[in-house]
Amino acid sequence: MKIRQLFLSDGRRSIPPAAVVLNLLLVCAVLAVVFWLSLRAIGYVFDFSFLGEVRVRLWRGFVMTLALSLCSLVLSLVLGALCAVGQSARVLFVRYLCSVYVKFIRGTPLMMQIYLFFYLLGTAWGIENRFVAGILILSLFEGAYISEIIRGSLLSLDQTQLDAARAVGFTRRQAVVHVVLPQLVARTLPALTGQFASIIKDSSLLSLIAVIELTQTMREISAANFRLFECYLVLGLLYLCLTLPVSFISERLERRFRYEA
Amino acid sequence: MRLELRGLTKQYDEGRIVLQPIDLCDEVRTLAIIGPSGGGKSTLLRIIGGLLPPSGGMLCVGGEPVVWQEKELARYRRRLGYVFQQGGLFRHLTAEENIVLPLVKVHGYAAAQARERAGQLLDRFGMRADAHKKPAALSGGQQQRVAIARAIAARPSLLLLDEPTSALDPEYTTEVLDLVSELKADGLDFIIVTHEMGFARHACDTAAFLCEGRLMEYGPSGKLFASPQTEQLSHFLGKLLEWNV
Repeated sequence: MKIRQLFLSDGRRSIPPAAVVLNLLLVCAVLAVVFWLSLRAIGYVFDFSFLGEVRVRLWRGFVMTLALSLCSLVLSLVLGALCAVGQSARVLFVRYLCSVYVKFIRGTPLMMQIYLFFYLLGTAWGIENRFVAGILILSLFEGAYISEIIRGSLLSLDQTQLDAARAVGFTRRQAVVHVVLPQLVARTLPALTGQFASIIKDSSLLSLIAVIELTQTMREISAANFRLFECYLVLGLLYLCLTLPVSFISERLERRFRYEA
Repeated sequence: MRLELRGLTKQYDEGRIVLQPIDLCDEVRTLAIIGPSGGGKSTLLRIIGGLLPPSGGMLCVGGEPVVWQEKELARYRRRLGYVFQQGGLFRHLTAEENIVLPLVKVHGYAAAQARERAGQLLDRFGMRADAHKKPAALSGGQQQRVAIARAIAARPSLLLLDEPTSALDPEYTTEVLDLVSELKADGLDFIIVTHEMGFARHACDTAAFLCEGRLMEYGPSGKLFASPQTEQLSHFLGKLLEWNV
């Protein structure tokens, strides 16, 4: 193997495993050096000894984040699917309702929505359980994005495929079950998995209304021990534990379905 | 197969007229629909295939009038086979599954029975080795062979082919056309929209010349090609000969 192949990709052949490992290690090394130099510049010494005492709280926060994200994923999927279909509904009220919802949610920051929905709507309609409110708000937010993902794949369904479904004699229901849905799943699954990683990260903003999830837990810990750098570094690593496997799966799905839809 | 069109028209919502009233009544064995692009050939085939409702007029196939209601149409389409210009195979299914699924879900075959029928056809069309490939992994000619296999799997009473070779390289065109003429030898009735004039002339009993939405000429294909009656057909055929070898 030439040295060249260890560092350059010619874009056609797959990259040899040795080159993958070597270059990943290089990236990590460079990042570590930059980080270490920064620490030295401000003269900071790490102390992670507090982690032992707080590990139960951290675990609870971690589980809470996971639970929030999973519940929101399910709810926002339902919402997104309904809204994607609703945006081409024949009843104009439904069509515009869905369209305004998507535009509003995608055009405003999540932080503003959390405050608005929780303190205004939540108070007015008596939703005081912060866990429930958190899931509802996060689902509303992610539902708009998922709706656009699903609508995109609906639009990209090929008319010939639908014609072919009718031509072989399928009824409308059979066409949906045997042709539309499988192709839709193949197209949306990679993007949806990626969106799940976003949900996990976005759930951190629910700390604003004091849902005791991972970020809020860490905020409370750091407020007590002033170990800000250590706390947020660990926080980042914990989020990576959740999001890296998800994006790995998303990439795998993308490769698997590439030829299908 | 008895084909009867009475004053069949098609006009789109914007007012564009695609088919002027068409009248035709004949016992169709093998019919080629020819004519310049935009003349309404594919529209006519889609109407005959029950995929597009006409704006007016009546269509009878095999002595039965076609009823333009979704439920009736699904039943009607089951009696036909339809091959699209390209991309008609379900992309998420393998070649074999493309044939098996309609047999099982639409025609009530048992799974084993359907697979056996699919195997027969794939064997016959030289596609056995590629049975488990998805359409994207097949060449254009292979895709069309599988599409034809799917269309005839349930033994339709009439096969409709919409420019099955237009999207193919010349070497694949021949293999697909050979296949269609083999089916003719089997006694299968078909209607083909095609730009392959040699095929229309020699492999099809009758030909219909469609131009500007009108059925300009209809008759035995040998006669139609040898002595065109209209200015438009002579002009059309003359143009095709311009670059002939």
